[in-house]
Amino acid sequence: MNRFPTWKIIVVAIVCAFGVIYTLPNFVSKTVLSGLPDWMPTKQVNLGLDLQGGSHLLLQVDAGAVKTKMMDSLVDGVRDSLRQQGDNVGYRDLGHNGEVVSFTLRDPADEDKARERLSDLSNIMANGQRDVVIASDDGRVTLTPSEAAIIARLSAAVDQSIEIVRRRVDETGVNEPTIQRQGTDRILVQLPGVDDPDRIKRLLGETAQLTFHLVDLTADVGAAGRVPPGSKRLPAIEENGRTYIIKSRVMVSGENLEDAQATFQQGQPVVSIRFDGLGAKQFGRATTENVGKPFAIVLDNKVVSAPRINEPILGGSAVISGGFNVEGAQDLALLLRAGALPAPLDILEERSVGPDLGADSIAAGEIAGIIGIIAVAVFMIASYGLFGIFANVALAMNIFLIMAVLSVLGATLTLPGIAGIVLTIGMAVDANVLIFERIREEIRVGKSPLNAVEAGFARAFTTIIDANVTTGIAATILFVMGSGPVKGFAVTLLIGIISSMFTAIMLSRMLISFWMQRKRPKTLEI
Amino acid sequence: MYKIKLIPDNTAIPFLKFRMMAFIVSGVLILGSIGVFLTAGFNKGIDFEGGILIEIGTETAPDLGDMRSSLGGLGLGQVALQTFGRDTDILIRVQRQEGDASAQEEAVSVIKQQLASDYGDKISYRRVEFVGPTVSEELVIAATEAVLVAVLAMLVYIWLRFEWHYSIGAVVALVHDVILTIGMFAITRIEFNLASVAAILTIVGYSINDTVVVYDRIRENFRRYKKLSVAELINLSINETLTRTTMTSVTTLLALVALYIFGGEVIRGFATAMIFGVVVGTYSSIFVAAPVLLHIGLTHQKEEEDGFAGAEKADGDADEKN
Repeated sequence: MNRFPTWKIIVVAIVCAFGVIYTLPNFVSKTVLSGLPDWMPTKQVNLGLDLQGGSHLLLQVDAGAVKTKMMDSLVDGVRDSLRQQGDNVGYRDLGHNGEVVSFTLRDPADEDKARERLSDLSNIMANGQRDVVIASDDGRVTLTPSEAAIIARLSAAVDQSIEIVRRRVDETGVNEPTIQRQGTDRILVQLPGVDDPDRIKRLLGETAQLTFHLVDLTADVGAAGRVPPGSKRLPAIEENGRTYIIKSRVMVSGENLEDAQATFQQGQPVVSIRFDGLGAKQFGRATTENVGKPFAIVLDNKVVSAPRINEPILGGSAVISGGFNVEGAQDLALLLRAGALPAPLDILEERSVGPDLGADSIAAGEIAGIIGIIAVAVFMIASYGLFGIFANVALAMNIFLIMAVLSVLGATLTLPGIAGIVLTIGMAVDANVLIFERIREEIRVGKSPLNAVEAGFARAFTTIIDANVTTGIAATILFVMGSGPVKGFAVTLLIGIISSMFTAIMLSRMLISFWMQRKRPKTLEI
Repeated sequence: MYKIKLIPDNTAIPFLKFRMMAFIVSGVLILGSIGVFLTAGFNKGIDFEGGILIEIGTETAPDLGDMRSSLGGLGLGQVALQTFGRDTDILIRVQRQEGDASAQEEAVSVIKQQLASDYGDKISYRRVEFVGPTVSEELVIAATEAVLVAVLAMLVYIWLRFEWHYSIGAVVALVHDVILTIGMFAITRIEFNLASVAAILTIVGYSINDTVVVYDRIRENFRRYKKLSVAELINLSINETLTRTTMTSVTTLLALVALYIFGGEVIRGFATAMIFGVVVGTYSSIFVAAPVLLHIGLTHQKEEEDGFAGAEKADGDADEKN
């Protein structure tokens, strides 16, 4: 057998050193690691939520609500364009059916004028199409948002929701949450260490759109009373059946808030808010103009309270009181600080694992892994003797490499991932088995030990590649198409396939080559 | 030094003689699997069925009957309880609630309230999962797609590396293994969840791995022994690779049995499926994948026409040897 080339020795040594060095941080506690200098490897394997405990929530942005809101604002836009001081374009039946905004002109001759006024509402998008298509026929005008415009709006709403979700989750002090988009309209939230996510679910369940409106005093609040145009009826936030009729026009909205804190007023928990410059100006003007009248504080289409304006509020600060308890006031303050969601979020899926189960799973996985390794190692030695030991060194290094790669990539180790590693232990020796069986065959046909080993490795090589590529295909498909824990399994399996090919072909060959050079055996015990 | 030899040297078992028997056995098992699957279906976990799964830990083993009647009276439909690994671990499964995802969420809090009023703080929640109806439907589709794409990808790879006869044979063996595994899930009532799909795909990978090793040898022997009949060639190849086939199955099974016994309750279903799959996959490479080649017309000529560059080196070695 030729000398094992020096460059290969160097490659094997570097890879093995990498495997060992980058696995080591996993045996050291986090506090020790944080004290180490920067140049030392400190990354540990990322434990999945099923191993460290935590909560996984899959949220969906309510696409219907996004669309409705889009149509509502288009209706507002039409109204504002047609009604202009001193030059009104008369119309009736303005509204939308969820797909199309439409109205009828009082005078069909106004068609050109109306279309001209509305032209600001229809803009050219990046793809060259108009976002809103305006059509008219005999005084009946329709405005239809294009499919692309709706998708763009939904996408923007999801982006904005992700940002708001992130802020809300951050405010609760969860460590290292993961918040990411999934598919077109979904948000995946992973909260390590949170095994009872009720509060977070409650916080994410609120859109928290805060607005201030004047109360419509001209209307009859009685249940049967007709609601005048430009006003709407909203229920009280306390479920007492009470309703309010308020002006639709928004005095100030929550977007103009600068800060919100839970405080106490006369022993009652309240939320103190502070407006930004614009908000303070709007609020100041509205309160100045309406002293003595009540205004409504509306949160997600429910009236929190409707206090009377006793005097103009010019400082930009106000207090929301509404029979909160301490936690309620704190949560509302948090929601207002983090901002409103553009649309409600639904929780599609929840998976929460307590810390006990995670710890049990890790312990069970470790035991299964260790016993699996011992069983396979003993069996390999019993079958191949010294060569079995070479294979076992390769197997051990294989485990180090899997752990090192997982650590460096920051990949997540899940319970199925541990199963993947244990399975890899069994399958990793396959390449060595193929090689050793080939060597045995070559010896049987009378080759010298050197030639037999040489031929064994050479001939097993294509088989090993073919066999591993096929398994690799299965693992890759699992990784690409699988979700959550299955992905974790695929990652370890894939890394295991690659590293086992390396250790079987390079490392064990190097060991055998060293051994043969030293001993120069006349016969091969295999 | 004494060494274990699973298969003695120069073993020559006439596998192809048993092929009709093997085809009948496999055929019966496949029909049986399909039959059971169609009549009984899977014991679907919440991943695919939607619904709620809660695992609680208690200080002392609770009376399951009491708990069942307490939770069963909540009007949430079917509530199943079982101990999970030990007496103080209880798995609570609740059927999918009518309505959307928020209905599942409400049911979870109803259960938690009931448990709190029955047991106070003597219980801890080890796991709470719920999956809404849309997500579970999507998971079914994604899982089916994954298995189909995997089988197709293997077919193409083997077609490219070998030739079409082999790729048909390999896929026959794969489909055989997947159907039997499906039948196993249907018969044993082991919960069918995302991990089960991972198991099936791994079985696909393992089975093809085994098959490829045998095929590789058949291809090589075609070049080496021009005078042997196709049947003799196939039989020789199976025998030559038999030690490797059994060795690898044994090491993999050793690891899987360790996983089954010590890996914990959550992973046990996965380990069971994998153990079954390894046994079936090994069987199918010997008794299905290789003999099938004989029946789809693999011949010497065919093999030479579709010569394969990568095998030429092995060819040269063989000449030197003979």
